[in-house]
Amino acid sequence: MTNAQGKKKTGLRDILMKLGPALALILMFAVFTIVMPGKFLRVGNLMNVLKQASINCMIGAGMLLCLITAGIDLSVGYNCTLACCLIGVLMNAGVTSPFILIPAALLISTFAGFVNGTLLTRLELPHPFVSTLGMKNILWGVSLLITSSTSIGLYNKGIDSTLALGSETLFSFGLPVSFLVVLVVYAIFHVFLNHTALGRQIYCVGGNAEAARLSGIRSKNVLTAVYTISGLMCGIAGVILAGRVASANPNTGGTYDTDAIAACIIGGASFSGGKGTIWGTLIGALLIAMIRNGLNLMGASNDVQYIVIGAVIILSVTIDVLRSKIEAKARKMAAAE
Amino acid sequence: MSEYVVELKNVTKRFPGVIALKNMSIQIRPGEIHGLIGENGAGKSTLIKVLTGVYIPEEGEIYVSGERKHFRNPVQARAAGIACVYQELNIVPQLPVVDNIFIGRALKKPSGLLDYKTMHEQARKALAELGHEEIDTHIQCGKLGIGLQQMVEIAKAVSLDAKLIIMDEPTSSLGKQEVEQLMKTVRRLKEKGIAILFVSHKLEELFELCERVTVMRDGAHILTDDVANMTRDKLIQAMVGRTLDNLFPKVFGTKGECFLKVEHLKEAGVLHDVSFEAYGGQILGVAGLVGAGRTETMRAIFGADPLDSGKICVKGREVHIRQPKDAIREGIAFLTEDRKGQGLVLSQAVQTNMILASMRLFKNGPFLKHRQIRGNSEERVHALRIKTPTIDEVVAQLSGGNQQKVVIGKWINTEADIYIFDEPTRGIDVGAKIEVYNVMNDLVRQGKCVIMVSSEMPEILAMSDRVLVMRGGRVMAVIDRDSPHFNQEDIMKAAWGGSLQ
Repeated sequence: MTNAQGKKKTGLRDILMKLGPALALILMFAVFTIVMPGKFLRVGNLMNVLKQASINCMIGAGMLLCLITAGIDLSVGYNCTLACCLIGVLMNAGVTSPFILIPAALLISTFAGFVNGTLLTRLELPHPFVSTLGMKNILWGVSLLITSSTSIGLYNKGIDSTLALGSETLFSFGLPVSFLVVLVVYAIFHVFLNHTALGRQIYCVGGNAEAARLSGIRSKNVLTAVYTISGLMCGIAGVILAGRVASANPNTGGTYDTDAIAACIIGGASFSGGKGTIWGTLIGALLIAMIRNGLNLMGASNDVQYIVIGAVIILSVTIDVLRSKIEAKARKMAAAE
Repeated sequence: MSEYVVELKNVTKRFPGVIALKNMSIQIRPGEIHGLIGENGAGKSTLIKVLTGVYIPEEGEIYVSGERKHFRNPVQARAAGIACVYQELNIVPQLPVVDNIFIGRALKKPSGLLDYKTMHEQARKALAELGHEEIDTHIQCGKLGIGLQQMVEIAKAVSLDAKLIIMDEPTSSLGKQEVEQLMKTVRRLKEKGIAILFVSHKLEELFELCERVTVMRDGAHILTDDVANMTRDKLIQAMVGRTLDNLFPKVFGTKGECFLKVEHLKEAGVLHDVSFEAYGGQILGVAGLVGAGRTETMRAIFGADPLDSGKICVKGREVHIRQPKDAIREGIAFLTEDRKGQGLVLSQAVQTNMILASMRLFKNGPFLKHRQIRGNSEERVHALRIKTPTIDEVVAQLSGGNQQKVVIGKWINTEADIYIFDEPTRGIDVGAKIEVYNVMNDLVRQGKCVIMVSSEMPEILAMSDRVLVMRGGRVMAVIDRDSPHFNQEDIMKAAWGGSLQ
């Protein structure tokens, strides 16, 4: 009897714990709604938040895979930039078909990710920090090179169908197409991570690469796949970026890497690998976008936004640490009964 | 003044899922050498950690020289005069002896700078009391042998004016001579009036050294008595809580065809021309000293390390194994010696670990067949009697024996024909050991081939149908069970490089 009760109690607490990031999101939502009556809580503004979150959601999904394997991908920001710049450069060269522009952007980013993975696993560089940090600079350099360090305007140049992904909205309330794509991609990621062999192998390689190898899992191939997928996600983000800002600027993307890492960590991923979920990442990305949006509406400048986002990251990790401690204690109490 | 230097009264300590100490009591007299034994998981380590202030017990009392103490951290226990020399030494190998002895409590001059002169003096004095004045206090600890490093740890305890020194498995990594040295030192400490709590798995050491002995089982006190009143059998019975009629339930299978034949395996500096055969329906024991190349041979066969040359045949067909995946495809399973580092993904659930090596059998295209995986895991957990709340429990939460059974389940799931078990019973308790032997028996009965690398001579002798003896990356002998050489002396002789007639 007492046992069943105890179980129920920890069950409820467990659910509350897991919903921690979601609760933070709701709380933040409520605060902004109350502080700025009629400004924050408008359909148009909320759709704006979703639009702003889309790029980070895409990059964050790839970053999540890297973090699960106890790795990191620092090249994501400029990989996304490169995909966007390539669209601009090809447009200048006379290419207008979305069936060439989009695949080209995805291809170059995916290739950069593949190189990241290959450097890590075949050259046996000590940590993905090294290969992806190098790649970050290379990709930035390539972007500057192909655009001659100038911004290329994309609006009204005959490639609007390519930009639609990042600029168009649907229905009367203006749901951004980009966020719809995010939901589709996230559903695919959910199935991928939980219901496919490769998905589970990513968690296993992250938990113990040597045990995975000795169990016949080709850890190197799994890692290469992870960084390649991260690259692909940057490519998709690059296409969305092109549509959203309607220009190809080689100097955007500098903060995308930290934003993506922050989204994953807020959502429950850990630098030591082996954990994290795609829905947590979604909540993390939405939380960051909402804070940015809310602070903007309040008239806060960029600098304040950075300070707040930084504090949120530290706070969320602290909460995560506390959460694990409370869980351990709950188990102890259960054992004592 | 109390009769006891340290007394623990009715102490209880709980952990998630287990009660590590149940109403445990122990009394240690000043200047006595007190043995503490019990199976793995009996609660010895927890007891030590309670005594040294690492764990704070929920219930019970601790007395030092009759005075009630509440240790909140290790510093307080140390100040009360309780020191511990752990199995894993707390030595910083890069630092000199003197710094290791005074770690965390360096002496200072009035100016605030370190007073090395006095520290060296006191360090030398402490070492001299142990009969080791020859150790230079300036030398880096890492340059000393393990035995001497241990002496430095003991000197640290002595210089702290410890009343009780706990020694946790102090002989496990020592050579024979070093063990004798240690025993001499322990007796010296006793003469100085320091009490020793000597935790060991080796009964012969207990009989040689200790005056009294305490036996623990399942976190509880079983008995405390003078060693003189004890026999080996009595102690074992107290430890396991039942009479063990048969520690090794050997079952004989019928010898089948040659499942594995390796010829002239070579790996530079490690393996020099290793050849042997292993048959279905048999256990091939692999004996040898540490560093004989046994694990290396098995890793090479399994594709975990690259070979320079050599031929491997499975059931008469030559195979080319470049990575573990290839070996698994050829029907070879390899239970590694280091289960936490190489066998399991501790952060993942039991069911995920169960299919770690056999995902290809549980796939439908790229998708996993969840229902089948759950069914399989439930079945394995039941058949192997794995103690886990559910199959979704994270493996890190299980005990060593149960973790080992998860690894075994993982390999049985690959439906292999050749099972290489590297030290399969290391670090698990007697009950779990017997269950592991029974798994091997089952495999042999099914006509599978089992290769068991083991450093436990009784295990080798009891369970093997044939024994392969290795030394220095070479095969020294292959001995059949019905050969007159199938005995401990001859196997050890071969392992030490002697020849058998």
